Amino acid sequence: METPLIAFEEVSKLYHMGDSIVVAADKISMEIYRGEFVAIVGQSGSGKSTCMNIIGCLDVPTSGRYLLDGQDVGKMNKNQLAEIRNKMLGFIFQQYNLLPKLTLLENVMVPLMYAGVPLRERKQRAMDALESVGLASKYKHRPNQLSGGQQQRVSIARALVGMPSVILADEPTGALDSKTGREVLNILQGLNQQGNTVVLITHDNSIAATAKRIIRLEDGRVIYDGPSDDPKAFVRGGMAAGETGGAPA
Amino acid sequence: MNVMESFKMAVSNIRTSKMRSFLTMLGIIIGVAAVIVIVGLGNGMEIYMTEQFESMGTNTLSVSIYGRGTGRTVSDEDMYDIVERNSDALELLSPTVTMQSPAKIGTETITSTSITGVSEDYFTIKDYDVAMGRGLQYVDMLKRSRVCVVGTYLNQEYFGGNALGQTVKIGGTPFTVVGVLNEIGDSTEYSSDNAIFVPYTTAARLSNMGTISSYTVTVTDVNNSTWSKGVLEKELFDIFEDENAYTVISMAEILDLMTQMLDVMITVLAAIAAISLVVGGIGIMNIMLVSVSERTREIGVRKALGAKERYIMSQFVIEAATTSAIGGAVGIAFGQGLSSLATVIIVNALDTDLTVTPSAGSIALAVGISVAIGILFGYLPAKKAARLNPIDALRHD
Repeated sequence: METPLIAFEEVSKLYHMGDSIVVAADKISMEIYRGEFVAIVGQSGSGKSTCMNIIGCLDVPTSGRYLLDGQDVGKMNKNQLAEIRNKMLGFIFQQYNLLPKLTLLENVMVPLMYAGVPLRERKQRAMDALESVGLASKYKHRPNQLSGGQQQRVSIARALVGMPSVILADEPTGALDSKTGREVLNILQGLNQQGNTVVLITHDNSIAATAKRIIRLEDGRVIYDGPSDDPKAFVRGGMAAGETGGAPA
Repeated sequence: MNVMESFKMAVSNIRTSKMRSFLTMLGIIIGVAAVIVIVGLGNGMEIYMTEQFESMGTNTLSVSIYGRGTGRTVSDEDMYDIVERNSDALELLSPTVTMQSPAKIGTETITSTSITGVSEDYFTIKDYDVAMGRGLQYVDMLKRSRVCVVGTYLNQEYFGGNALGQTVKIGGTPFTVVGVLNEIGDSTEYSSDNAIFVPYTTAARLSNMGTISSYTVTVTDVNNSTWSKGVLEKELFDIFEDENAYTVISMAEILDLMTQMLDVMITVLAAIAAISLVVGGIGIMNIMLVSVSERTREIGVRKALGAKERYIMSQFVIEAATTSAIGGAVGIAFGQGLSSLATVIIVNALDTDLTVTPSAGSIALAVGISVAIGILFGYLPAKKAARLNPIDALRHD
């Protein structure tokens, strides 16, 4: 059987908030395979951000195991985590998070720089990535000269350039109007069709519907995991819906 | 990701906030310039002093005899005996008899000129060369000849360059000019070129001086002048049995002493100037801390994209070091400029040829210190940046 690319085995994450302990993720188990397009959906406080941080190797589980391509991330030190993020993950953020002082080309080159790719190859690959999002002609511009949608496309190029195993998009349309948001989602769909594994984190059902599979979280637990064309995917479970509070988003 | 790229990144960061970078560097610039100028000034003074002393002869001892008020005394013959007995330590001797009487050339009285009675070895001791005629000779001492050797100033100003055979009257006694010296100073009235040298025996006779109280002695080895001085002092002590009856001054010793004092002074002043380097360093640390908190989000993004802690660390350390190194370089240029300016001012205001001479060592030290300060004071902010939690950093506004 094929090894899942992302495997959560009863992953829990606890936070200390003052005297109380908050359970942000409560024994979440899930598997995501290569080539999937998965949306992790949930309200604020559902644990989706915790999930995304763990998938993105920005955080490690308190208990349980997270295997990324078979490697146990929980056992890695900071340097190994940095390397995994660099090699296996491509981040797309809600706020784009481009570096304002760098040109678009330089921005896209950053992950390759940390990967130790030689300068010439780095430039070439970054140009190709910009080309693929249709912004190659603006490579010398700085992020503040672009519209939000364009900036997000640059950040997609940056996520792609290192040829990561997983593209992790955290509310990628959150700061965009619906039209440009739709464009960005189309790009993500396109990337998935080319064979990339895309994990989309969102609170918005209509955006989640772009994905083929939906994992719905509530109170740190998975309440639905299945295809996005099942109407049950968009039903909020339990009585605590929308009123969980406490746990960080 | 190597040092070169961190450096490029640092330069572009410095360039995007020019005013802030300049103000941050200012402390280092002032500190480095101050160190360079002060050390340069010290160097210049040392060189100037050494030159002055060397022109007096660092291989010479100056002997003054005061006597004890008793009958015990030292004559010029005794001194010659002492030098002869200690030829391993002492070489040449010349009594020096300063005459107070005014000189008269033709009808003009010259009060500014110095008239000194010396031996035939005096010009050798002082390293003066005779340009025209002859120097003083032993026979002049024996015969108490009324001859003299004059400096170039007198030759040019009073004899129109033809002093040989002319007459100078000293205290009413006519002296025949037998020689003219080469230029010693700059041939002006207030230089060593306004001088008349006569045989010391003649001078002593005319001054009614019973015993000669002042001598110049050369040592055999300039590096052993302290030992030679000791030998001479012992001889004199054996005669007078009183340390207060004489003094022996070694020019080399005085020079050493003054150089030492100057070195201490310069070190203290440079240390004070270096305090501003530390203040400058703290300025860099301060601005780096500000920069780290301003760039928290950037640090988060870089970490998410795979930057290891040591990359973030080196980025900030190199930025701090680059800032202070640029400050150091500007400081050197500024310091050099100030040194040249100070030289011009000193030469014009004090009429000396003191040159403010920044040493290569002090420049190297200043650069080294400024880079070290950058690294030292950049380390803490860099550590803070490297340790940031990427999740918190990404959430930071």
